Amino acid sequence: MTPVSSWGRLSAHPHNVISLNNPSNVRNILCNSRHPGLAHGMGRSYGDVCLNPEGTLWLTTGLDHFTAFDECTGRLVCESGVLIRDIQRLMIPRGWILPVTPGTQLITVGGAIANDVHGKNHHVLGSFGDHVKKLTLIRTDGEVIHCGPNQHPDWFAATVGGLGLTGVITQAEIQLRRVPGPWLNTETVPYSDLDEFFRLADASEAGWEHTVSWIDCLSGGRGRGLFMRGNPADIGQRPEPRDRKLTMPMAPPVSIINQLSLRPFNMAYYHLKKLRAGQKITHYEPFFYPLDNLLEWNRMYGPKGFFQYQCVLPREIGRDAVQAMLREISGAGDGSFLAVLKTFGNCPPVGMLSFPQPGVTLALDFTNHGERTFKLFAKLDAIVREAKGRIYPAKDARMPRELFETGYPRLPEFTKYRDPGISSAFSRRVMGS
Amino acid sequence: MRPMRKIVIVGATSAIAEHCARLWLKNEPADLILLGRDAQRIERVAADLKVRSPASTIHILQADFMDPTAIQTTVEIIANQGPVDIALIAHGTLPAQAECQVDLGLCRDTLEINGISPVLFAECFAKHMEASNRGTIAIIGSVAGDRGRKSNYVYGAAKGLVDRYAQGLQHRLAGSAVKVSLIKPGPTQTPMTAHLRSLNVKLAPVDNVAELIVRGIEAGQDVIYAPKKWRLIMLVIKHMPSSIFNKLNI
Repeated sequence: MTPVSSWGRLSAHPHNVISLNNPSNVRNILCNSRHPGLAHGMGRSYGDVCLNPEGTLWLTTGLDHFTAFDECTGRLVCESGVLIRDIQRLMIPRGWILPVTPGTQLITVGGAIANDVHGKNHHVLGSFGDHVKKLTLIRTDGEVIHCGPNQHPDWFAATVGGLGLTGVITQAEIQLRRVPGPWLNTETVPYSDLDEFFRLADASEAGWEHTVSWIDCLSGGRGRGLFMRGNPADIGQRPEPRDRKLTMPMAPPVSIINQLSLRPFNMAYYHLKKLRAGQKITHYEPFFYPLDNLLEWNRMYGPKGFFQYQCVLPREIGRDAVQAMLREISGAGDGSFLAVLKTFGNCPPVGMLSFPQPGVTLALDFTNHGERTFKLFAKLDAIVREAKGRIYPAKDARMPRELFETGYPRLPEFTKYRDPGISSAFSRRVMGS
Repeated sequence: MRPMRKIVIVGATSAIAEHCARLWLKNEPADLILLGRDAQRIERVAADLKVRSPASTIHILQADFMDPTAIQTTVEIIANQGPVDIALIAHGTLPAQAECQVDLGLCRDTLEINGISPVLFAECFAKHMEASNRGTIAIIGSVAGDRGRKSNYVYGAAKGLVDRYAQGLQHRLAGSAVKVSLIKPGPTQTPMTAHLRSLNVKLAPVDNVAELIVRGIEAGQDVIYAPKKWRLIMLVIKHMPSSIFNKLNI
């Protein structure tokens, strides 16, 4: 048994870890392992969707082989443990890019599908699952299911965003997208309140592929921040930035993200960035994956770990709901330096449990202060419930079952596709098994 | 344009070897020949490398690694197609020491596949490389070959054999342009060591190990420890008096 933590470092329960290294014996291993089991990739989800305490984890990072790539059509077939980073680094120099990637590239393809991750271009290209054309799913009874948007679409809809609960994804075919190179034309625009944010978001949706914003969550209900937008740039070759990595060497005895550090940090960050606002050429890695070069940054929150709270709120009441949430957070004095506000587009979700829906999404980190933090979450939950929004399972470690059920109305339909030999701490918590 | 380098990998499904191949092809396309025991598993490696480097040519050969005649024939076939620039001999297995002590068949197989078989391959490549006076033979040994320890001395004995063999081959080819590199990885995160992970043995990431190996081979190093710290660790272990060493639980 090996202790395994997810990205939030809230727990380190023992798991029976089994490496999957060869696709041809995955079926055998799944059938013969102690159940319940759960596929586990890079463990970058924040809460408990990737954990199965006291149970089996099938580690997929050994399934890291490319299978085929068609240079003319951009169709890539690969195993599910291949990292987003490896696809991007290999394909971008050849003029192809993954259409959708989240804020870290240190995740596996299987994890990207199972959590149906989204990126800064959701309003243009939807979520990761929108670009998966086929996948192979192996069930713990030995059944192998090939599915896609046009082949067993029900299995596909259950598996995309299905949190690994329908079987183990072993292979996927992904449609890549043409890209002129690794550079982006980017622009940073400061905004001083939420109305301005929504005006910027609306104005940017037509002309900009990527939009995201950092919000100063301690600025009260006002909600000042920095709006960032970008488009692929066709500017030929130029020297790429050096790969400079810093590692957070250890978890400090207490979180270094606290009231004392956060207010000055947010104020300094806002004003410094405001000074340097404007247009510039940016490499895709720092623009898409700003924290990947600060390895193990999750340790900053100290030994008790941290929560991320990410919700999506319908557009009509999004502004008021976000304002109410920011007030609560500011009032509690807790808050994060990584606070993200972004609008989602109107494309229908691919999976039965896919998180993105039309509206605005707010994501915040919180040091785990136990009861105090849970009290704040209860207040935030009330706002999300009232607004008919929902919380992102990939980030969650604590949402009440009833909020999950109301947020994901297709849950009863999904349940029929679950693999009885698979379960996670998350599924036991919000689905009862 | 200069012709592509010809690189032969014996035991191409070994995780370390495969990561070396990925690095070589990342730097420039090559003419790659992959040797393995299991056709399906080598094809998976070849398909992956082909996606990574479409300009490379990749050939697959299947061979019996225990049969001297098969080894000789296979190397002849490769050498007859032109001189080899790098031969990386990487195959091996790591069975549990306790099982080797009970099962003499397994004990013998472990000695053969980790010790004798790599030597036979190296001997065949040496013959051709000496004749053409070019090329590098790189053999994967192990830190386990530096001193016998109760936790893996059968495996370690085979790797020690490879060590002494490589020394002799380096001596023999010292006057020629042929280089011989002996690689000694420490415990590395690979499928071979998966059972060690649950025992909380600290394992080095395979891509870091492969990078040191590729760099060491390009630099023509005689002995490549990967990660480098193992050179120092093993220096201490090798020179430790038995009176102390035999009390250690390692």
